[in-house]
Amino acid sequence: MDADAVYQTPTVEEIASLLPEKFPCVEVVKTEVRRVHAKVPREHIFKVCSYIHDNLTFEHCSTVIGVDYVDHLATVYHLTNYYNGVMIELSVDIPADDLHVDSVTPIWEGANWHERETWELFGIVFDNHPKLERLLTPKTYEFFPFRKSYKLRGTE
Amino acid sequence: MGHILDWIVYKDTMANVYTPFESYNLPYDIGCKLWEIIGGTLAWLIDLIFPGNVVSEWLVSDAVTTLLGLIVFMLLIFIVAFVSTLIVLWEERKVLGRMMDRRGTMVGMKGFLQCVADGLKTFQKENTIPAKVDKMTYMWTVTLVIGVSVLVLCMVPLSSRWYVVDYDTGLLIIMAFFALAPFFILVSGWAQNNKYSMIGGMRAAELMISYEAPMLILITTSALLAGSFNINDIVYAQMDSVWYIIPQVIGAITFFTCAVAEAERVPFDIAEAEAELVEGWQTEYAGMKWGLVMLADYMRGSVSCSMFVILFLGGWTLPFIGDGPIPEIVFLLKAYIVFFFMSYARAALARVRTDQILNLGWKVFLPLSIFNLAVVILLKVGGVF
Amino acid sequence: MMSDSIVPVKEIEERMETDKMWLTMGPQHPFSHGLWTLRVQVDGEIVTDAEPIVGYLHRGWEKETENRTYPKIIPMADRLCYAASMTYTHLYCMTVEKALGIDIPEKAKWIRIVADEVCRIQSHLMWLAAVGTDLGSYTVFLWSMREREFFLDLNVKLCGARMTTNYPRIGGVRNDTTELFDRDILRTVERFEKALWDIVALVDDSSIFVSRMKGISYLTREQVANMGLTGPAMRGCGVDFDIRRDDPYDNYDLVDFEVPVLKEGDSYARYMIRIEEMFQSCEIIKQAVKKVQALGKNAPYRVKTPSRVPAGTTFARLEDPRGESLMYLVSDGTDKPYRLKVRSPIFVNVSGAKAMSVGTRVADVPAVLAQIDMCLGETDR
Repeated sequence: MDADAVYQTPTVEEIASLLPEKFPCVEVVKTEVRRVHAKVPREHIFKVCSYIHDNLTFEHCSTVIGVDYVDHLATVYHLTNYYNGVMIELSVDIPADDLHVDSVTPIWEGANWHERETWELFGIVFDNHPKLERLLTPKTYEFFPFRKSYKLRGTE
Repeated sequence: MGHILDWIVYKDTMANVYTPFESYNLPYDIGCKLWEIIGGTLAWLIDLIFPGNVVSEWLVSDAVTTLLGLIVFMLLIFIVAFVSTLIVLWEERKVLGRMMDRRGTMVGMKGFLQCVADGLKTFQKENTIPAKVDKMTYMWTVTLVIGVSVLVLCMVPLSSRWYVVDYDTGLLIIMAFFALAPFFILVSGWAQNNKYSMIGGMRAAELMISYEAPMLILITTSALLAGSFNINDIVYAQMDSVWYIIPQVIGAITFFTCAVAEAERVPFDIAEAEAELVEGWQTEYAGMKWGLVMLADYMRGSVSCSMFVILFLGGWTLPFIGDGPIPEIVFLLKAYIVFFFMSYARAALARVRTDQILNLGWKVFLPLSIFNLAVVILLKVGGVF
Repeated sequence: MMSDSIVPVKEIEERMETDKMWLTMGPQHPFSHGLWTLRVQVDGEIVTDAEPIVGYLHRGWEKETENRTYPKIIPMADRLCYAASMTYTHLYCMTVEKALGIDIPEKAKWIRIVADEVCRIQSHLMWLAAVGTDLGSYTVFLWSMREREFFLDLNVKLCGARMTTNYPRIGGVRNDTTELFDRDILRTVERFEKALWDIVALVDDSSIFVSRMKGISYLTREQVANMGLTGPAMRGCGVDFDIRRDDPYDNYDLVDFEVPVLKEGDSYARYMIRIEEMFQSCEIIKQAVKKVQALGKNAPYRVKTPSRVPAGTTFARLEDPRGESLMYLVSDGTDKPYRLKVRSPIFVNVSGAKAMSVGTRVADVPAVLAQIDMCLGETDR
């Protein structure tokens, strides 16, 4: 298959074969009906996302999610193709001692607020983000409340 | 010594040399008669105790009767105008309620007492003045807005015998006072040190400029038909021919729309558009100040309706009947019917945008009013009127 | 013509510097339906910049769920948005069911569809009411609220609560449809289809309403896709995508309905989409109720589920009345979620407030932003 061609309605199988072909570092974890789950090293996230946006016509970025696995953190991207409803889930592992990842806001403006939110709640810094400021929490906060190290008071 | 009826004689007010009116004036007459009863009784009592004193004579003299008669006259005019405004307020609430599928006000007398209750409630509110407003301007502008509205409301004659002044230019004077309020709104908007108020004040000025012109042309047109600016003449000219709504249908519709805009009601209430400007120029007014401002709004609405009735619906006269026994009631009823349509418009329409309002005013209503003027001139030259 | 005039108007205008003013709309402002702020920069009456500020209602919803067992999160999901409580609870249950790998009974699926569409209609009516007040018509507000009440009554009939319904469960729904529910819902829907025309006539036949919405706040298809707007805002700009049809969940693939799409991209198109969606929801309800009736009285509506969810990550998404909502669940094998993330449609839609309002007038700002259909509970979470 031609990895550089533009596909408007790529099927799940096509995506699962195209992504590793273009980027050998991308590992397709599993595929389901209309779902592709893949793992991407954090250095390549911007390139992979540009490719998905430009060549696979995934015009919509549903979310950017941060997860704290204590030993490392992760960001998860959900991308949607409008033409056939296929979704790609990209997960990126980020080492706890270097919380930097490239921002995808230049590709999808819709990721803007999600990245801001992830930064303020988890402390994951999105490089090249146009305006990485606190959004939901007060400007005076100096900690990242959604990390596992921030304990909730009481049980219920 | 004398009988009480020697003192209470119900003198003809027109024979009184101090009477300031040139024709019979009912409220003034009531005032004089009222004073004759009170003053005459007092004079009779004093005369019983001190026969032949000067005070008794002075109490029933022409000068004192005129003075006290005028005070009662003022009170009467104001109270009637005020109550008719409250009825307008009640009418709108009821009409809106029915249109919106709810009941409207429900407190006493079919909901009329809600107006009184609201007045009492706003009266009890704390009189807050924001710290950073220009206090002088803030207070005197709102005073003037309310004052001018009350003044113009009182100046509208209810019949040929219920009037304040009977000038030959009476119509122009009413319109002049009517157009004063937006100036104070503009100044008040600046004085409040609030961005919403300022935009609201600007919009009020904008509205006034674009709607005053067609409105004045229309008034001139009616005056041209009647051949006079005197309200009495205009009304009786309509009684002699036909109601002026028939020759100038276009003019009547245009005038109605302009009157709605002039009274700053929906759909032209951009100066206090609550969706974007909170309360527009009224934002910083609290308590009774706001209550009075709101009442002033309804007064202006009421005046707009009265002007419409005078100019197009034959004032207080009825076709084939003429003046009738109580022309004041006829006049007020007509005004309420016109106001019904204003409420109807308020229930059915949304708010117009500022640029749309200006477009309407300059590109639709001004040409229409001039067209109406042309039609009237043709009729006049053709000898129909 | 301008250059011919003696007075150099254009040059004077260029040299003239007008002061731009920042207007703060909200959090206490009649236009902000909820606690949020829109700072708009105005040049006279024309908006030149806008900045939405949210977060007043941030409760740490996602963090709170990490401390609760799975069933206890259901009432919390209701509180994400009071106008769309049913869809959020549905979404949460769907996510957990997917993580558990269980399939729920047919009847539960159909009942959920009915409940979702009732929720969609009442949410859209709430939006219509807000549009009414924002455009200055109180009649539209009251008429929509009156119609909405009938659908809230249906909620009462179904589960006993008006707004925070707490009805879907992990593995089905809480209770079967109550007696005569199917009769009542069909009557309500039939009545509503006529009553909605009244409101539509009031709005569409009035040139003031139409001129306030038509031709303002254009968004292109590319802009919308790039900003990630979803729901009616997206479909009004020509993006032909509806999760119910293109990525069906539950039994939406068995329902026959149309997805309204318009290419105009202005405020009026967004309005039209929502009105048409209400009619389509009525169609869906009619079909789904027939399916519920066909399944009979004794069909199962709920399955037992284990309290511990196997470790792994799952996500599910559905078409909220306001757009695409998505939940992402990280489970670690215990009875509490390790991380639960909600993607709320308005959180993204409101970030497009600047693109929507720049170039319009101050008077248009409420009218344009009413089309977002603001709900702060789910925005700030």
